[in-house]
Amino acid sequence: MQGWHQDIVDAIRRAGIRQVGYVPDAGHTPVIRACEADPAIEATVLTTEEEGIPLIAGAWLGGQRGCLLMQSSGVGNCVNMLSLAVNGAFPLPMLVTMRGEWAEFNGWQVPMGQATAPVLEAMGVIVHRAERADEVACTVAGAFELAFQSERAVAVLLAQRLIGRKRW
Amino acid sequence: MSGLDRRDAVARLLQDRGDLLLVTGLGSPSYDAFAAGDHPRTFYLWGAMGGAVPMGLGLALARPETPVLVLTGDGELLMGLGALATAGAKAPRNLTVAVIDNRRYGETGMQESHTARGTDLAGVAVATGFAWIGRARTLDEVERLRPKLHAGTGLGFLLLEVAPTDPPRALPSRDGVHLKRRLRDALGAGV
Repeated sequence: MQGWHQDIVDAIRRAGIRQVGYVPDAGHTPVIRACEADPAIEATVLTTEEEGIPLIAGAWLGGQRGCLLMQSSGVGNCVNMLSLAVNGAFPLPMLVTMRGEWAEFNGWQVPMGQATAPVLEAMGVIVHRAERADEVACTVAGAFELAFQSERAVAVLLAQRLIGRKRW
Repeated sequence: MSGLDRRDAVARLLQDRGDLLLVTGLGSPSYDAFAAGDHPRTFYLWGAMGGAVPMGLGLALARPETPVLVLTGDGELLMGLGALATAGAKAPRNLTVAVIDNRRYGETGMQESHTARGTDLAGVAVATGFAWIGRARTLDEVERLRPKLHAGTGLGFLLLEVAPTDPPRALPSRDGVHLKRRLRDALGAGV
């Protein structure tokens, strides 16, 4: 596992997160594997990212912390459902691997990738961004604290340059 | 066509609810649940259409020893049909999804939904791995199925085949923060 992936897994464990919702994604794969293998974490595979918002809100109703792992294209699937997190002030950390920016090969990823931050902000989600491996741990840990302590929806965009070129 | 009255069916389903946790889908199911009696263990959705089943799933996974009921309508479920596959994949034993199927979109003028045009939601639940399926067309059938909500014996799906009526609105709180806090308080989950 690359260092920054391990940093995310460590941050999830340190924050006491017990439920993780995800749609399979190449950039998140090591984190998904670690969550699926951890008996302290319920990892739920979703058919679409929007299911993750009520899933994590439901977890919080029941007294558990949760977070979501998705790709930037999945943010577009979440738009109306984000009203639940905002209206109910549900803590909602979202870790988003970016496509459609640095070194993108597939133009179909560009429209949603370029719209990811403005769409999240338009729906009232606080947006942080990590460009370098050495800033992932601090950015993600801070996003978790902000989400859980202030009961807010907070996204961390993990830059495509951080993830690296996709091999076609 | 069943003549089951939705308000009577929901009141009977929620009778003696004990420690049952309830998430209601937006529109008429929220009104039906409120008309049957407000409760701190109920979270009413007023939006987030398609979100009732995954919200109940997250709650059921967090509270595996407590029965959780999702009460929603055919239209709300149809908007997030994939959530049945997601619930089926996790299969929490304490979760039941009850669908008030009037084959209409009641909130927008009683337009026919897909269940009036051939979709069988109970069949979808079978295909996505639900452990038990119930259908109720009479109050006696609701009464007979009610204990299964509390049994914790497997992921359940209950289709309430109701008449396409449009009863008077009964409006619960729309304050999502209040509804969240009172349910967490009821569970002792803290602030």
